[in-house]
Amino acid sequence: MDWSWFPFEMPHPALLWAGVLEGIVLSAVLALTALGLSLVFGVMRIVNVAHGEFYMLGAVLAYAVTSVIGGHPALGFTVALIVAPLLVGALAAASDWLVLKRLNYEPEATIVATIGMLYIIQQLSLEFFGPDARPVVAPFDWRIRLPWFGYSGYKFVVVGAAILLMIGVWVLMARTRIGLIMRATQFDREMASAFGIPVDRVFAGVFALGAGLAAIGAVLIVPVQQAHYLMGGDPLLLSFIVVIIGGLGSLKGTVVAALLIGLSDGIISTLFTPTLAKILATLLVAMVLVFRPQGLFGTRAA
Amino acid sequence: MSTVSTSLIATEGLTRDFGGLRAVDHVDFSLEKGEVRAVIGPNGAGKTTFVSLLCGRIPPSEGRIRYEGRDITRLPAHRRVALGIAYTFQITSIFANLTLFDNVALPAQKHLSLHHPGGSIRDYGMAALERVGLADRAEEQAGNLSYGHQRLLEIAMGLAIHPRLLILDEPTQGLAEGEIARFEALVREVAQESTVLLIEHNMDVVMNLASRITVLNFGAILAEGTPEEIRANEAVQAAYLGG
Amino acid sequence: MHGGVIAALVVLGFVLPEYHHGAMARILVLAVFALGYNVLFGYTGLLSLGHAMFFAAGLYGTGLAMQQLGWSAAAALPFGIACGAALGLVVGVLALRTIGVGFMIVTLMFAQAGYLTSLYFTEYTRGDEGFTIPQAARAIGGLDLSNADTRYLVAVALFGVAMLLKLWLVRSPAGRVMVAIRENEERTRMLGFDPFRYKLMALVVSAAFAGAAGAAYGVLFGYVGATFASIQYSILPLLYVLLGGAGTVIGPLIGTVLMFYLVDFTSSLTSAYNLVVGVALVALILVARKGILGTIRDKWARWIP
Repeated sequence: MDWSWFPFEMPHPALLWAGVLEGIVLSAVLALTALGLSLVFGVMRIVNVAHGEFYMLGAVLAYAVTSVIGGHPALGFTVALIVAPLLVGALAAASDWLVLKRLNYEPEATIVATIGMLYIIQQLSLEFFGPDARPVVAPFDWRIRLPWFGYSGYKFVVVGAAILLMIGVWVLMARTRIGLIMRATQFDREMASAFGIPVDRVFAGVFALGAGLAAIGAVLIVPVQQAHYLMGGDPLLLSFIVVIIGGLGSLKGTVVAALLIGLSDGIISTLFTPTLAKILATLLVAMVLVFRPQGLFGTRAA
Repeated sequence: MSTVSTSLIATEGLTRDFGGLRAVDHVDFSLEKGEVRAVIGPNGAGKTTFVSLLCGRIPPSEGRIRYEGRDITRLPAHRRVALGIAYTFQITSIFANLTLFDNVALPAQKHLSLHHPGGSIRDYGMAALERVGLADRAEEQAGNLSYGHQRLLEIAMGLAIHPRLLILDEPTQGLAEGEIARFEALVREVAQESTVLLIEHNMDVVMNLASRITVLNFGAILAEGTPEEIRANEAVQAAYLGG
Repeated sequence: MHGGVIAALVVLGFVLPEYHHGAMARILVLAVFALGYNVLFGYTGLLSLGHAMFFAAGLYGTGLAMQQLGWSAAAALPFGIACGAALGLVVGVLALRTIGVGFMIVTLMFAQAGYLTSLYFTEYTRGDEGFTIPQAARAIGGLDLSNADTRYLVAVALFGVAMLLKLWLVRSPAGRVMVAIRENEERTRMLGFDPFRYKLMALVVSAAFAGAAGAAYGVLFGYVGATFASIQYSILPLLYVLLGGAGTVIGPLIGTVLMFYLVDFTSSLTSAYNLVVGVALVALILVARKGILGTIRDKWARWIP
């Protein structure tokens, strides 16, 4: 095929394959993070702008935990995988109780408040952990030989773990009593309250769960990416894109959109410059909100 | 009766669906200039939906609306106001944080910009407040008024537009006896210059004010006629007693 | 009273020590930005999270016209304002199809796209690093705008004009409709006003103010950089207005002064100085949504405009 008309240089096939694999890893972590944002929006009807900071905090805490615990890297990492999401979840529940609940979950006020929380979390991380990027060692180190190049086995574990967690969330929402309570609250807050569902606690729990998912995603990715106090911006933006394109509050749409965005980001960034890709993505989100607010895959009933 | 020449507003096959529910079902309706028409019917008969279609708050699913012979089916609500159709809300919808004067200044401003450029907003606004007896409280915050007074302010906002068709959606709901008497006097006065269409539950008010009555049931016109005719209509009695 | 504010600002120019003199000039320009934000947020009730793009449109419109095309400051300044207003028109036509949270996110996304665009064309904009406008070019009709005293007086003049324009706007019939839309959009529509038209007008005016602030910033301080397009500069005007009092004429100035000095002071203590931005946002939205002047107006002085 003649590619001479194409305004960008075609990359080597190996590079393209690497792009696809990177895209899958990104999709997996993105799906987890976006799922957290989507869950919070779906049940509580609020947009959490501080979501990316919960992600960042997960990564930074993973660094803190692994550097305190010595021994084999797997030990520190396993502890971090449990401790970081729990701490982040607790912080989220506390901020829900201290701030969001007092705003009565008014949508516009909540956005302003979560912007404030974004600054607070980000700046406190800068204060305590400093401006440098911090590495976390992967829990194990084996490479899988693929045609053309070797590939880190850890990345496959990231994908596997993300899939398991998403199935877990789905089971929680669709098959358990807790999920039933959440869905009832999502459907009609006042009715749920009238039926004796403790809406306050459900909301704190959902907000914690949403933040915790972002934190787990970050802990999983941090051996690949390093922890930094400004790392929350990209996942926030990408999660927004995923949730908006997938349809606000739709679980299936979120996963499909994460795959789409993750893969295309992996591939597109080998073709376009990352900045141009981001410009197009943000404009796409804006246009979707303007012309198709139910998302590209959603149906009109919200 | 010559409907063609004198009808102010008329509908043909007007229909509105909400999901699977048909709230208004192929209504052919005609209102003559100078009438005071009451629309009555059991709860859920589609009364508010019907008048909302007339004033353009919601678009119809099917059918047409003509106003003074002109098709206004697709005209946005604010343009219909400019043609002289005013609507007062069923649930009091005043500007609670603004003063009474600011509440009526807005429609007065609209009226003046359309018909009397250069007229004084203050004079026209105050005149509207005087008609409902609230002029002495012009600088108070509207949200502090009693419920009955808020209803009157709502009507004053409708009057300040100097409409040709004034649509009142349950204007006497929640008013006290004395306030209702005052309201009836007001409507009689307004009817001198405007055509009035009112949705009303209070049958005494309906019988006192209306020159004709339209009865809606399940989104369709069940009966239409003078108060005496409607009082004697068996189908209406059945709908009210059985429904 | 508003004349008094301007007179006080002029007098301040002569008594302030050098550092604060420069800071106040900067504050006045940012206060014009906040005044414009208030037209949209305080009076019309629309919360934008993307006003940095309008400021940046003015800044880059003026800066690039001078840098790349060699325009004079006298021509580039109105061009910058026009850039802000034009962008406001385009964004408004699209974003005003949404309401509430949708509008916030759409404006945020457009502004983010704008910021990334300023990075993308690094060849011209020099990205985050930015570029400077030569001192020689920063003059209008014999006035040397790089001179500290002149700069201060020009900033006061700009602020004065902006404040009087805004006062005139909010007291005009259109201003009354804007407030009515803030209070109850559906009722306003049913009184015969087209909400879209008035919201679009408020957005364009607001964007023109932001563009004017950006254009003036470029000419007065000679620096043009992508930082001013970043989300930080969309949040700051919101914060200034919330702090000073939304829907008041002078409130944005009070908010800008206090916040500027608060951040300035904190940055001498720690590198995490943006912490005060976060704390102020949360505190204001939780306990003092009417801001300083709004609270004073409610409690003691209803006459404050």
